[in-house]
Amino acid sequence: MRDVAIVSFAQHSQRREDSRNEIEILLPVIRDALAPIGLKTQDMGFTVSGSTDYLAGQAFAFVSALDAVGPWPPISESHVEMDGAFALYEAWVRLQHGDIDTALVYSFGKSSPGDVGRVLALQLEPYLLGPLWPDAVSLAALQARALLDSGKATEKDFARVVARSRRNARSNPFAQLQGDVDEAALLEEPLYADPFRLHDLPPVTDGAACIILAAGDRARELSDNPVWIKGIDHRIDLQAPGSRDLTVSPSTKLAAEKVGIPADVDLAEIHAPFSSQELILIEALGLDESKTAINPSGGALAANAVMVAGLQRFGEAFNRIQAGDGKNAVVHATGGPCLQQNLVAVLEAGK
Amino acid sequence: MSEPITGITTPIRMEYRYTPGTATSLFLRAMKEGRFEGRRCPSCQKVYFPPRGGCSMCGVEFAESVPLKNTGTIATYTVVNVNFANRTVDLPYVVAEVKFDGADVTTSLLLKGVGVDEVRQGMRVEAKWIPEDEWDFSLANISHVEALDEPDAPLESYKDAI
Repeated sequence: MRDVAIVSFAQHSQRREDSRNEIEILLPVIRDALAPIGLKTQDMGFTVSGSTDYLAGQAFAFVSALDAVGPWPPISESHVEMDGAFALYEAWVRLQHGDIDTALVYSFGKSSPGDVGRVLALQLEPYLLGPLWPDAVSLAALQARALLDSGKATEKDFARVVARSRRNARSNPFAQLQGDVDEAALLEEPLYADPFRLHDLPPVTDGAACIILAAGDRARELSDNPVWIKGIDHRIDLQAPGSRDLTVSPSTKLAAEKVGIPADVDLAEIHAPFSSQELILIEALGLDESKTAINPSGGALAANAVMVAGLQRFGEAFNRIQAGDGKNAVVHATGGPCLQQNLVAVLEAGK
Repeated sequence: MSEPITGITTPIRMEYRYTPGTATSLFLRAMKEGRFEGRRCPSCQKVYFPPRGGCSMCGVEFAESVPLKNTGTIATYTVVNVNFANRTVDLPYVVAEVKFDGADVTTSLLLKGVGVDEVRQGMRVEAKWIPEDEWDFSLANISHVEALDEPDAPLESYKDAI
């Protein structure tokens, strides 16, 4: 395997972008990612994006977004209809081919124009489940209910996850929800989608992120402190939520086994849009909360631009390792209903 | 055996609040006032009409607005012989890609008053607006283009827009 590192990261997230469109949100993010390494789009061996046209409600929105990259003269380019974290996986595979040394990964998600819970219902199997229009919040609430019924977690655990996210997010300028909140007070809030209270849900976020990968010595040339991808793997569970035990995440567990998570991992950036999902993922990743800092950025409960939040986990872990907050990190990204698809990676500082 | 099920209908309805963006909003406001307004790329100097988010070649935000004329050149065209759903234009008709004077990209518009055997690349045309009291934030303020009584424009003037 070729060594591949993250050498640059830029992001943006905001509650609602009323004036700028997707391209205008992306333009400065891509520029900010390229600036520190002194390269332009045409210098990249490969460019790949992750997004979904259903958020914009516009066919080929992902093609329009290429305007933000400046793809002239023509570039080698690809797209996944998934979170940008899965686009990063494609870029990592592309770098393994050995003929290129750099890749630009970006994702954008304007979640505010439509009803995002309903938009996400469009990813369901279209014959039996999709026509029932179960929105993403309702499906996640069913999963949370199953978790409570299993006895593996309580509503207090949900509140603990939310309070930690708000607390950690105080140091994240891109977080929408942050602050000191009292766990007991959270439990006094009314139910929103039983067993969820509103704070168990992610905020609606408009955002974009861009990561630049480089292989081997090229990474060392471009950055004094690249953050290396020591392992990356993604797996998938059954398509129908009704066919799964929703209280566990076998695909996360399998991906984590393939990657090999170090016992002394310092921090974890976990893509859990709902509080209950963070508990399922911590168990599947085999993390010890007393040793590993969980979601120091606040995670997806603090800002959740759909299709971006997974790629942001890579970026947040990169930022913290570069800042010296830890020597290594586990990164997780998810897609599909109730944690159906999961990606796990291990990042590590090093020359 | 019962009848095989060969298809099902699953109604889907999504509602969106569209954000045109900064550049397109300027264009739409100008349309409401009866003006053509393009945006220039500060890098390659191309003028986009209508503008979207940024220059699709250079990947930079637009810098300045450029007023455009009501006249232009047909860069290319197609003759339509089958109507789309909900479209009731008399067949056959011509959709022209018009490069308005001062712009570097083309806009698709209906051509009227010219036979399908007469339309040609380089033909000079003029935009015809719907009545002023119906103007909205829309390109649909232009009902169609009509031919001008002018010599054809040389290929050089529109070849980059094809």
